[in-house]
Amino acid sequence: MSLLKITDLTQRFGGLTAVSDLQLNLEEGGLYGLIGPNGAGKTTIFNMVSGFYTPTEGTINFDGNVINGKKPHTVTALGIGRTFQNIRLWHDMTVLDNIRLSQHYHLGYSVFEPFLRTKNYFKNEKRIEEKSMELLGVFNLQDIAHEYPKNLPYGIQRRVEIARALAAEPKLLLLDEPAAGLSSADVSDLIDHIRWIHDNFDITILMIEHQMEVIMNLCQYIKVIDFGKTIAEGTPAEIQKNPQVIKAYLGDEGEVYA
Amino acid sequence: MGKYQQKTMMIGGGILFGLLLILAHFKMIDLYVQSVIMFIGVNIIFATSLSIVNGYMGEFSCGHAGFMAVGAYVSSLLTVVLFTVDKETGLAILPASMSIYLFPVIIIIGGIAAGIAGLLIAIPSFKTRDDYLAIITIAVNFIIITALNNMDFVGGSRGYMGMKKVIYGMEGVMKFPYMLFWVITFAIFTVFLIRRFITSTYGKGIIAIKQDEVAAEIMSVDTNHMKLVAFMFSSGLAGISGGLFAHVIGYVNPGSFSILKSTEGLVMVYLAGMGSLSGSVISAILFTILLELLRPLQIFKWVIIPLILILVMQFRPEGLMGDKELSDYFPKLKKFYKFK
Amino acid sequence: MLTTLLQNVINALQWGSFYSMIALGYCLVYGVLRLINFAHGDIFMVAAYIGFVFVGFLLKFMPGSGMYGWLVLAITLPVTMILTSMLGVFIERVAYRPLREKGAHRLYVVITALMVGLVLENGNLAIFGASSRKFPEIIDKVVFTFAGVRITNLKVLVIVTAIVIFIFLQTVVNRSKIGMAMRAISYDKFGIPLMGIPVNRVVVFTFIVGSSLAAIAGVLFGMSYPVLDPYMGMIIGWKAFIAAVVGGIGDIKGAFLGGFMLGFIEILIVSFFSSNLKDLIAFTILLIILVIKPTGFFGVAKSTKI
Repeated sequence: MSLLKITDLTQRFGGLTAVSDLQLNLEEGGLYGLIGPNGAGKTTIFNMVSGFYTPTEGTINFDGNVINGKKPHTVTALGIGRTFQNIRLWHDMTVLDNIRLSQHYHLGYSVFEPFLRTKNYFKNEKRIEEKSMELLGVFNLQDIAHEYPKNLPYGIQRRVEIARALAAEPKLLLLDEPAAGLSSADVSDLIDHIRWIHDNFDITILMIEHQMEVIMNLCQYIKVIDFGKTIAEGTPAEIQKNPQVIKAYLGDEGEVYA
Repeated sequence: MGKYQQKTMMIGGGILFGLLLILAHFKMIDLYVQSVIMFIGVNIIFATSLSIVNGYMGEFSCGHAGFMAVGAYVSSLLTVVLFTVDKETGLAILPASMSIYLFPVIIIIGGIAAGIAGLLIAIPSFKTRDDYLAIITIAVNFIIITALNNMDFVGGSRGYMGMKKVIYGMEGVMKFPYMLFWVITFAIFTVFLIRRFITSTYGKGIIAIKQDEVAAEIMSVDTNHMKLVAFMFSSGLAGISGGLFAHVIGYVNPGSFSILKSTEGLVMVYLAGMGSLSGSVISAILFTILLELLRPLQIFKWVIIPLILILVMQFRPEGLMGDKELSDYFPKLKKFYKFK
Repeated sequence: MLTTLLQNVINALQWGSFYSMIALGYCLVYGVLRLINFAHGDIFMVAAYIGFVFVGFLLKFMPGSGMYGWLVLAITLPVTMILTSMLGVFIERVAYRPLREKGAHRLYVVITALMVGLVLENGNLAIFGASSRKFPEIIDKVVFTFAGVRITNLKVLVIVTAIVIFIFLQTVVNRSKIGMAMRAISYDKFGIPLMGIPVNRVVVFTFIVGSSLAAIAGVLFGMSYPVLDPYMGMIIGWKAFIAAVVGGIGDIKGAFLGGFMLGFIEILIVSFFSSNLKDLIAFTILLIILVIKPTGFFGVAKSTKI
């Protein structure tokens, strides 16, 4: 069943067309890759899907709802989680609070209940805390629950960010360059990790990545874009052989390396 | 986390409060000392309410006194019209005996009016932030003041009075240090409410806005909703402090709520440190006492105080407390009150 | 009717000139340091007082009329500019720079600026007392009349000065090397020191220019509206700053036009409604503009990159 269906998506910034006429169809449960040279418009696509930009044209259909033009927090509540290219954790808040806060959309109590401290308030705060700790436990982060992210190593921060995205119980997880800035040892950990998340959380993943090792190892289906246009799509094996992809990445002389 | 100690703390505080009221009732505390205590209370409400927006949410509101003015005028107008004999409105509308019960209600109504006025900032804050929002808050402060200056039914720039008569009326029914009681009660109430707000997952949404608004919005925090709540909550409490202030002094004029008053609030919040509630309380107390101690210097007071603050900033560029609470510095206090 | 209108336009141009000159000072410092220098209005006030004292001093030696009057002005202006610049640089050096170097939160510097403003205002009040001072008349008034519209030589002087200052700043910021450094610092304050640009020297230069503008505005203001009081800088300063933001702060053209716009709005309100409503209506208009166009007319919204 199709989970995310993007049709004729276009985004213009003034005179610049960042994304043009994009079509994308993600089946439920798949693991997809989105690649392309720098400035190809990959993050722009993520920003449109997560509601940060309103597309100029086209529709984004997620799980039966048209979501373009919806506010980001609504989109997240519908079931799209994401991470960022440059980690955007709340650095002066504990890891536990970071996880807690991304459940802000279903707190289960009304505006006045924090002031009145009703039974329902305590019940839900307890539920949120337990769920957060459980999630941290799954990611083996329970020991740093009360640390501040700014004091943690980069690789751990990445993991916390993924955990935070998952705390909102998304059906679709968008990973924006999860391997950026990681050492090669960390990268192979990350590959196992993402595969494990995909299998255990029953989730669809769409990722942007520059490290081919990650993409080729993980993704079942890859879409390549350049200058906002799709230039190729297919399985990893097909993409590796595609002359246009090689041209976009390596220039015209690229055949030598293919 | 000792439940027992907490209970002791509450009972101890209650006894202290009761003792204070009894002493005040039998005139065993100097009226001047009483008024200083009341100013401290008013400033605690004013400073902590501003710290919601400036400390926790990280916006820079410099027009907080405007909301104080709204609360002060609305509540003063209500009490004076309802409970005093006026040349124009004739007899008092309600008997003085009711004023005892209605007084806190009217103060809260003033707060609600100020909270609604908070929309003037809350709505622009959806699209604007940082310095641009700061300008809007300054403009709102000026607008409120100049609007009051042009309202003849509240005396325009001459000011509005008659609140003392209301208090005398209340005392005529039953002798009791009403203002002292209500100021302290509302101050405790305010700190209590803000603490509850800020420690809940819901309220922490505004801290997320301070640290990274984009991440907050994408991680399911409805930032517009949170801003609306924070601004209205904050200006509503400022309105309460204004209502109390007006009834303590017995006289208000638009000039008392100028940008200078807002600046005092900013000083208290930033002296404390951004995002420290106990810090705001402490700096409100220190600042009020400092103002009183330096009173004999007259105009030089306002030269010395800013100079002191400039010096403090040089040595503690993150404020006295940073974003820490008292219990972070003195862990033993955790037994007595819980914060985080 | 048309005459009244033209007369008002002239008055508005003069009134707006002062807002513009002060707004430009805010804009320069904001453009470089992202600091709302809340003390700037008070620097303007101090400048007016420095001019007042110095003119009083000079008038003991020479008559304040005819050619001598212009001579007094010609000596007073540079002296005031130098003294005011020294004040501005002193404040920067003692109050702002240490905080910047300690990496204090931006808002703490803003609060310090507010405090500096209070010190200046009340220090002045303590020295001169609460009664307002009258700036001596040093230039013989010449009135030109065109089709019933009266223009004094002073008005012409004020308006022309404001325009000259604007052109001067535009040239310095956009064409000179130091102007380029100023723009570069506002763009990237971490990278710039690495490029070998002496940040502190550029900042000092900015404060010198900003304070000198305040000095010119202060002296001319004293000559045009000869009543000085210690709080005059605060109100005019806040308003000029709001005007700068409405024009688009960080952009010289924006601050300049914003100042004139506020001048026009205020003069028109005074002539068609009542002067009591001046501030109320003016601020409401500014608020509405800011709500509709949050970055002002010429400001560019900084896009958030994620």
